[in-house]
Amino acid sequence: MKALQNTFQKLWMYPSAVVGLLVVFALVFTAFYAMIKIPYNEAIRLWRGGEEVWYQNPKFAAPAWINFFSSKDYAESFAVRTTDGSMPKQVTPGAEGTSTIDITYPFTFTSDYFPQDMILYLSSNYQQKQPFLSAKWLTPDGREIRIANLAISQKQTYRFAQDEKLKTRLHTEDVIPQLFTDPETGKIVKGEYKLQITGTTFEPDSDINIEYVFHGQVYGLAGTDQARRDLTVPLLWGTPVALAFGLIASLGTSVLTMVIAAIGTWYGGWIDELIQRITEINIVLPFLSILIMIGTFYSRSIWVILGATILLSIFTGAIKGYRSIFVQVKESMYIEAARAYGASSPRIIFFYLIPRMIPLLIPGLVSSVPAFVFLEASLAVLGLGDPVLPTWGKIIEDANANGALYRGYYYWILEPATLLMITGLGFAMLGFALDRIFNPKLRDI
Amino acid sequence: MAVVTHTPGENVKVKNRASNSTFLRVSRYVVTRLLTLSVTVVIGIYLTIMIANMGGYVDTIMRNEIGDRVTQTIAANPAMQQLDPESRRKLIQERIASEEKRIGLDVPVAVRNFRYLSNALLLRLGRAINMTSDSGSKQVRLIILERLPATLLLMGTSQLFLFFSSVFLALNLSRRYGSFWDKLVVALSPTSAVPPWFYGIFMILIFAALLKVLPFGGMVDSPPPSNPVDYSLSLLQHMILPGASLILSSFFLSIYNYRTFFLIYSSEDYVDMAKAKGLPSRDVERRYILRPTLPNIITNFALLIITLWTGATITETVFLWPGLGRTLYRAIGLYDIPIIVGSTIIYAYMLALTVFMLDFIYALVDPRVKVGG
Repeated sequence: MKALQNTFQKLWMYPSAVVGLLVVFALVFTAFYAMIKIPYNEAIRLWRGGEEVWYQNPKFAAPAWINFFSSKDYAESFAVRTTDGSMPKQVTPGAEGTSTIDITYPFTFTSDYFPQDMILYLSSNYQQKQPFLSAKWLTPDGREIRIANLAISQKQTYRFAQDEKLKTRLHTEDVIPQLFTDPETGKIVKGEYKLQITGTTFEPDSDINIEYVFHGQVYGLAGTDQARRDLTVPLLWGTPVALAFGLIASLGTSVLTMVIAAIGTWYGGWIDELIQRITEINIVLPFLSILIMIGTFYSRSIWVILGATILLSIFTGAIKGYRSIFVQVKESMYIEAARAYGASSPRIIFFYLIPRMIPLLIPGLVSSVPAFVFLEASLAVLGLGDPVLPTWGKIIEDANANGALYRGYYYWILEPATLLMITGLGFAMLGFALDRIFNPKLRDI
Repeated sequence: MAVVTHTPGENVKVKNRASNSTFLRVSRYVVTRLLTLSVTVVIGIYLTIMIANMGGYVDTIMRNEIGDRVTQTIAANPAMQQLDPESRRKLIQERIASEEKRIGLDVPVAVRNFRYLSNALLLRLGRAINMTSDSGSKQVRLIILERLPATLLLMGTSQLFLFFSSVFLALNLSRRYGSFWDKLVVALSPTSAVPPWFYGIFMILIFAALLKVLPFGGMVDSPPPSNPVDYSLSLLQHMILPGASLILSSFFLSIYNYRTFFLIYSSEDYVDMAKAKGLPSRDVERRYILRPTLPNIITNFALLIITLWTGATITETVFLWPGLGRTLYRAIGLYDIPIIVGSTIIYAYMLALTVFMLDFIYALVDPRVKVGG
């Protein structure tokens, strides 16, 4: 306990360690927040969800905060519906069970670009006679455009861009830009637009509900991808996955390497020789190619890859480093004393040899976390990421596959990349400082 | 300095004897290392094949190849074309069965794997399923060998540059221990936790997408310039970004490591002694600091190259560099098993070659290397 306190006190002397520690804490906090906010099953449902989950979002939308940095103004996406009151609905009963439904939705449009798409999702309930609906588009400069007159079935989708009648009425193939342009000057009209919908039902219990979806150029905190998915989900959930992969892999690798090195040095003879030979063979084995083979042939599950990673990373150069130190420790007086009072070999290995090395283990463990976090991302970029879990690497893979850099969707790569970079640098900085604290030889240099 | 007392003739003689024994020592060491390494490589490749064949994937490669060959021979034989489809199919099946028996697909897996091992060691890697080489061949060996020069060019250039520039800078820094630049390098060394492909993405973003001064990827302009000078210039231009990201990803850490070695060795007593003797600082550095640290530096460099070999797969993919790594990436996409297995074997060979070359250099620079000792 005292030693731990001491270590912490020393850590405060290294600014990079403080930064690293803060990053690690922030990541752990984010990981727990993600797991509590979006439970595992919900995260998978959202990540694997298609159009039916994400229809409200535009495709390839940058995050909304780019408006702060850009001189141009991008339209923000929104979706409003009558069922939850975000779009006010007024029902006026008429004669013989009929009723009139008035829905007016005003919104301010100040963007320099046209929205990607606008869609009305209509639903109604009725016995025999379908309700009827007519919609109008009111522009800030006082024009009034008739949009649709239609009878609504139980569930119906109205797409502005595909309405042939509207196309002829506006004399254009591209309806949506035309709705936001002054036909005389050809410029975008900014100001308050109104979508005015009047519905009529012909039965006592008949009702209409409408959802108005506006696909702008920007969306939310993180933007969206090619499948309209909100990137906050994989960005948030990537944190626990990356941390789990990195920490388990580095912990497993370092501990197993150390234990095997200790056993080899203690028993010596053929065991030591065998460990040395295995290490030499393992250095020749192409690590990534073998992981690729396992990923393509057997399983892409992150846990299988994790197991293979640990197995392949045990017998590396590190085992030689540990061995050379264990050889020195083995000759120490306290080991001799332990042997003299009759301690068994396993006891000496696990209670005398290994605890001595823990100060050396910790910096190595922390410094190797980034390598494993990036390994997961690397495999994902090669298309061998976990098929189910949302991870940072999967975002980069999707972005790369959709040519994000060529097409200018920089946010798509920069968001996961920044998180990966912060994680990597945070652990590396902490590891470096720990190395200097635990290895006094380095401290003066 | 001590040479002054010798006559020139004597000096040459001494040198000759010294170089002779160096030659003997190194060659004995090299032969032993070569033997142990080849055993290591054989076992390594056997393990690779075992992993690949656990689900019978190498067997599938062999079966497909036999099927292809038999069908083609029969289709090409005019005498067989008279046969009706039914008996022709029967004939093909019979031939495939006998061919599979000949090649030993009916013997136990362990024995079969040994046969594949000898095939792999001789680079008989079979035929690709979907991919072809630029010359139109489906031989995995040809596809891979065609791609190898591009990988070697990129890796070789960037690693030599990395090695020499970081040793040079580390020497300079060790002289100015505690200066601003020294502290900067120490502070920047954690940046090496980030793999090269990752820097590659940022490089592409900055230099290709935003500034538009360097190409996004590829190896030469399309179409390739016919003039050799233009061709090399174009090649150089395309190499800047991937090379820079490979170098950058290990630059600060290697300077930091080398600098630490230099500092440790420069605090030795014999260095102080050399300085006290009044040797010029250049000589002190070369003979008393650089020389004894070289083995350490080379070991460090070897480990670095080994990690870079694997990392290069993705760097090549990100930069569309037509090397081995990108071929492997495409093979994953097309599920071309023979290429995946084949390139794993080639990578094992390359790693062994790297280890061997570094051992060789190690033996040259470290006079303490003793064979059989």
